[in-house]
Amino acid sequence: MPELLEIKGLDARYGDFQALYGVDMTVSAGEVVAVIGANGAGKTTLMRSISGLIRNGADMVRYRGNAIGALRADQVAAQGVALVPEGRLLFQSLSVEENLIIGGQMGRKGPWNLRRLYDLFPILEERRNVPATALSGGQQQMVAIGRALMSNPDLLMMDEISLGLAPVIIRQIYEALPGIVGEGLTAIVVEQDIAKALSVSSRVICLQEGRVSLSGKSGDVTRDAISRAYFGV
Amino acid sequence: MDWLNAILQGTLLGGLYAMFAAGLSLIFGVMRLVNIAHGDLIVLSAYLALTVAVGLGLNPMLALVIVVPLMAAIGYALQRLVLNRTMGDDILPPLLVTFGLSVIIQNALLTVYTADPQKLNAGAIETASVPLGPLTVGIMPVIVFAAAVGVIGLLQWMFYHTALGRAFRATSDRQDIAQLMGLNRAHVFGLAMAICLAVTALAGVFLGMRTSFDPAVGGTRLIFGFEAVIIGGLGNLWGTLAGGVILGVAQTVGAKIHPGFQILAGHIVFLLILAVRPRGLFPRMD
Ligand SMILES: Nc1ncnc2c1ncn2[C@@H]1O[C@H](COP(=O)(O)OP(=O)(O)OP(=O)(O)O)[C@@H](O)[C@H]1O
Ligand SMILES: [Mg+2]
Repeated sequence: MPELLEIKGLDARYGDFQALYGVDMTVSAGEVVAVIGANGAGKTTLMRSISGLIRNGADMVRYRGNAIGALRADQVAAQGVALVPEGRLLFQSLSVEENLIIGGQMGRKGPWNLRRLYDLFPILEERRNVPATALSGGQQQMVAIGRALMSNPDLLMMDEISLGLAPVIIRQIYEALPGIVGEGLTAIVVEQDIAKALSVSSRVICLQEGRVSLSGKSGDVTRDAISRAYFGV
Repeated sequence: MDWLNAILQGTLLGGLYAMFAAGLSLIFGVMRLVNIAHGDLIVLSAYLALTVAVGLGLNPMLALVIVVPLMAAIGYALQRLVLNRTMGDDILPPLLVTFGLSVIIQNALLTVYTADPQKLNAGAIETASVPLGPLTVGIMPVIVFAAAVGVIGLLQWMFYHTALGRAFRATSDRQDIAQLMGLNRAHVFGLAMAICLAVTALAGVFLGMRTSFDPAVGGTRLIFGFEAVIIGGLGNLWGTLAGGVILGVAQTVGAKIHPGFQILAGHIVFLLILAVRPRGLFPRMD
C-alpha cells in the first residue's frame, strides 16, 4: 500500500529563485501532520506545490502512488486534495453561500454538504447571502475552511488559518478541527504557533530556508530541537 | 417631433451597439482580455450568414440557427488554441495577437468575398413599420432592440444565477484559487469566448440586415462597441445597454443637426462622458 502522500526530493522555484531544496515528506492516511518554520521558510510554497498551484517534476509528489507533481491545480483537486490558502483568498464577487457551493462544484461524494457546514459554523448560515469579503476575519476563515471541506477532500491542507485572528476565534476554529479530521480525513496544518501545531498533530516537520530541518513525532520533539530547527543555531 | 423621432431611432440603434458591446464586456469581465478583432468577428459572422442564407435559400434570421453555434465553436477553439497561450500578467501579447487576428480575418474575407459591399436580405420585414403616436417605427429596429434587451438580460441572469456564471465570477476574481476549486481556467475562458462569439453572431446578422458591409467595416464596429462598454462602465451589462443607447442617440441627434456630424457627435459625447466620469456611468469593476 503506498502512502497517501509521498514527497521526494521536491525542488520548487519562483522563476530563477529556488524556494524549496530536496524536501522529503510522507503523510499516511488518517494522520495530522504539522508543518512549522520561520517566515519565508517555504511552508506556503510546499502547500502550493502539493496542490498544483506550483508545478514541479511529476515524480516529486505522489498521491496514492500516482505522480501528481506536474498536474494542474484543478486536476489535483479532482483527486481529493483541498487547500485552505494562506490569507483566505475568498472570491469577493461571490456571496458566502456561493463561495461554499463553488468549493463543492466538482461533485465529489462524501460527508460534507451545505447543511453540515452550516451546522458546524451556524453564523455562516445567518450571513449566507452577504458578500464573502464583508464578513469578519474569523468568519471569512470559516468560509475558507468550509469551501475546502465542500469538495469532500481526502487530504485537507490548511495554511496558517489562525493568522491575524483573535485568540477566541482561533480556539473556536481549532475546537472544530477534531470533528473535521475525525472521519478518516487526513490533514496537513501549517501553523506559526508551535504549541498549537504540536497539540493538534501526530507528526511535525520543520522547514528552514527551503530545507527540512526536523521531522518527528509531535510528542517526542523537544523545545531545544525545535528552536535549533527553526533558526539553525 | 423630428427631434423626438431622432431620439427614438437613436435608442433603437443603441440596441445594435449594445450587442456589438455585450461580448466585449463579457470577456473583459471574465478574463481582462481586450479583443481587437471583435469588430472583424462581427463582420465574419455577417459573411457566414450571407453564405448560409444564399447557399440554403434561408432568411438571414433563420441562418442564425447555424451561424450562432458555428461562431460559438470558433470562439471556443480560438480561445483554447490561440488566445489562452497569450494570457498572463503582461497585457501586450493578447493585444498584439488579436490585432494580428483582425488583419488575418479582414484579408481572408477580402480573398473569399472580394471588397464588394454585401447585404443580408431579410425581405419585406426590412421596410415594415408601425405607427407609434405621431411617429413611425420600423419593425426591424424594434426586433433588434428587443433582441439586445433579451441577450443582455440572459447574460445577466447567466452571470448571477447559474453555475457557469458563478465559475465566470470566481475565475474573474482569482484565477489560481478558482483552479483550486477544480475549475480549469483554460476551459472556463473557452466557454466565455464561445458565449461572446455567439452574441457576436447575432450582432453580425443584424448589422448585415441593417446596412451593407464589406471586409473593412469591422474597425468602426469595434470602436462603437468599446465606446458603449466604457460609457456604461466596466463590468456592468445593463450599463453597456445604456452606453449603446447613449451612443446611438448622440449619433442620430448629431445627424439631425448636420448629416455629416453623425459619427463625430457619438465620439464627442463619448469623450465628454469619459472626461466627467473616467470609469463610465455605472462601473461595477475596479
Ligand atoms: N510569488 C513569489 N515570487 C518569488 N518569490 C517568492 C514568492 N512567494 C514566496 N517567495 C519566496 O519564497 C520563499 C518561501 O516563501 P513562502 O511563502 O513559502 O514562506 P512561508 O514559510 O510560507 O512564510 P510565511 O510564514 O511568511 O507565510 C521566501 O523567500 C519568499 O520570499
Ligand atoms: Mg506562508
